[in-house]
Amino acid sequence: MSIGLEHYLVLSTALFSIGLYGALAKKNAVVILMSIELMLNAVNIAMAAFSNYIVPVLLTGQVFVIFIIVVAAAEAAIALAIIMNIYRNRETTEADKFDLMKW
Amino acid sequence: MTGSSIWLIFLLPIFSFLIITFFIRPFVKPTSRIAGYVTIAAIGTALFLSLRTLGTVMAAPGHELVIPEITWLTVGDLKINVGLMVDSLTAVMLVVVTTVSLMVQIYSLGYMQHEVPDAKPGDRGYHRYYAWMSLFTASMLGVILSNSLLLIFVFWELVGVCSYLLIGFWFHRPSAANAAKKAFIVTRLGDFGFLVAILVLYVNTGTFNIPELQEMAIAGTLAGTTLTWAAIGIFSGAVGKSAQFPLHVWLPDAMEGPTPVSALIHAATMVAAGVFLVARTFPLFAGSVTAVTVVAVIGAFTAIFAATMGLVMHDIKRVVAYSTISQLGYMMLALGAAGLALQHEGRLTVEIAKAATAIGIFHLFNHAFFKALLFLGAGSVNHATGTFDMRQMGGLRKAMPWTFYTFVIGGLSLAGIWPLSGFWSKDEILAVAWDTQKLLFTLVMITVLMTAFYIFRVIFLTFGGEYRGSHGAHSNGHLHESSPVMVGPMVVLAILAIVSGFWNVTGGFNAFMGHGETQSFISGLFGIFAHPLPWIASFVAIAGIFLAYAIYGAKWISAESIGKTFKPLYTLFYRKYFLDELYENIIVRLVLLKGIFAGLEKIDTGVVDGTVNGLANSAYDSGNTMRRTQTGQLQLYGLAIGLGVVAIVLVLFLAG
Repeated sequence: MSIGLEHYLVLSTALFSIGLYGALAKKNAVVILMSIELMLNAVNIAMAAFSNYIVPVLLTGQVFVIFIIVVAAAEAAIALAIIMNIYRNRETTEADKFDLMKW
Repeated sequence: MTGSSIWLIFLLPIFSFLIITFFIRPFVKPTSRIAGYVTIAAIGTALFLSLRTLGTVMAAPGHELVIPEITWLTVGDLKINVGLMVDSLTAVMLVVVTTVSLMVQIYSLGYMQHEVPDAKPGDRGYHRYYAWMSLFTASMLGVILSNSLLLIFVFWELVGVCSYLLIGFWFHRPSAANAAKKAFIVTRLGDFGFLVAILVLYVNTGTFNIPELQEMAIAGTLAGTTLTWAAIGIFSGAVGKSAQFPLHVWLPDAMEGPTPVSALIHAATMVAAGVFLVARTFPLFAGSVTAVTVVAVIGAFTAIFAATMGLVMHDIKRVVAYSTISQLGYMMLALGAAGLALQHEGRLTVEIAKAATAIGIFHLFNHAFFKALLFLGAGSVNHATGTFDMRQMGGLRKAMPWTFYTFVIGGLSLAGIWPLSGFWSKDEILAVAWDTQKLLFTLVMITVLMTAFYIFRVIFLTFGGEYRGSHGAHSNGHLHESSPVMVGPMVVLAILAIVSGFWNVTGGFNAFMGHGETQSFISGLFGIFAHPLPWIASFVAIAGIFLAYAIYGAKWISAESIGKTFKPLYTLFYRKYFLDELYENIIVRLVLLKGIFAGLEKIDTGVVDGTVNGLANSAYDSGNTMRRTQTGQLQLYGLAIGLGVVAIVLVLFLAG
């Protein structure tokens, strides 16, 4: 059996769903951040697969993936810094405790 | 005689008002009399022009001058013209107003110099006084000259404002300030009816123009209930201004103003404006039996009602004020009765309707002179004694001969003694009352007795007997005659009070007013006594004078014993039928404050505020509910977004 576009897309969907679940359901901010990374990477897989299978001559999708990885790295650095600061102030990394501006 | 010189009659006092307000008052020291001279010059010229106008109108065919109109403003279809209406009524009123005004302005030069209670030292208020007097005269002339009801209403309110300002001239005194407010508010009640009538007429006819309205009323295009209500609305304005029952309460209080103001505004001109207004719109009244009946009944009732109160007052000005109300009642009765008499005539034209006003206007004409004279006399007496209370007077005959003789002439004229002016007009009123309604005639006859009695009571109390006051107005404490500047106008008015009646001795005035449509029952200086009525009226008047002499002159009967015998009646008269109390305690305090105003306040807080606050509250409440969804939990938002995307995809998928 050869590996086709469908297999990549099923993997991508599975990863995305796991990431979405984690982002919505987990309390720990670091875990939420990890879940978001998972969702980004699911998208990257889908993008690379589409690029390879649909327009093999063009590298547009794969270049895009590189960009996303770069931006995601920057994003992770900033997000972790924010979480660190929140932790220093609030003694917690649980997202539902970040309620300073809540009614 | 061109239109512009008639405009000038109205504009001259306006100019004098503007000059005093903008140049004299800010730049000339307050003790200067220059404001007075400016006013006198302006009104003197206006008098001259008025007399010329009278001459021109008498010579003109149909006694009417046509002056081109000026368009004042145009709003859509509404076009408001400004024009003059110069007929015999206008001409007569012009002469009355300018003559009395001129006399009063001259008299004020002397009077106002003296009496300055509570004012700052040196400030006699000359500039303020003459500015307002000029404005008043101009507004009054405006009422007389306007050919449109709307414009009459504007000037009508303007004379009301001037009256307010001048009654409250000594505003340092709370009583004067209150009297001014009372006068303004009470007359406003009547003016409301007037305004409604103007609007009713405009809605039904599309015009404010008086000659057009007169034509429509006579032709019958304006008739029925509309006409009746319009006439009664106009009459309600007249009731307020002319101090007829039940809105008469302001006039006695208005005596708080300076006496020359009372003479001009509250005796001769502004209060007569109500009578003038009814006369001006008389064709409208003539078309409605109800309206003329109301006018006649209110007039007759006011005449006797005010006279009873005049019998017992101690304040000389108040007696004369009640006498004014009573005499205005005569005039209203004359108009109403003449209107009733018209109902029996088959043919009705504008000329016939105008002719019917002659009797009332003739009394207005005569009354203006003798009543202004009586007020100026009262002012002169006050000048010497420093009081208006007749109990503090007496014996002034010797000290003030000029005031005494002129006052007696005014009193005799008011009482209606042959051959003074009051006799001629009053007898005509009696005659027209006799012709229409015997009950009204009886009321008026009783009033004749009372009138003669109360005015001679004043004369005997003030000028007869011995001086009862403790001190004169002066530091040296002796009484003296007023200065020539005050006596002069009184003498002129006294002469007018004697001769003004002669205009109608052979029916000349009626013929002038009625364009030759009426005949007077008066026929000659002596010929009138061929009729029994003048005999009866004269006898009644002389009986009244004799009664006053018996009680206050010769003191055969003690006034106190009569007062005790008729104690309840005396109290009723002296307390003015408790109407002030009724108005203040029952109507204002109870009905208005506790009833209507409290109800309105409930509507205001409940409905109006309730709506506004309710809207605000519902916005607040819905916002309060909505913000609960904004939990601040990012994951919840994420869930919502996720579910939303799923939903959109499903919809697209199923639909696609």
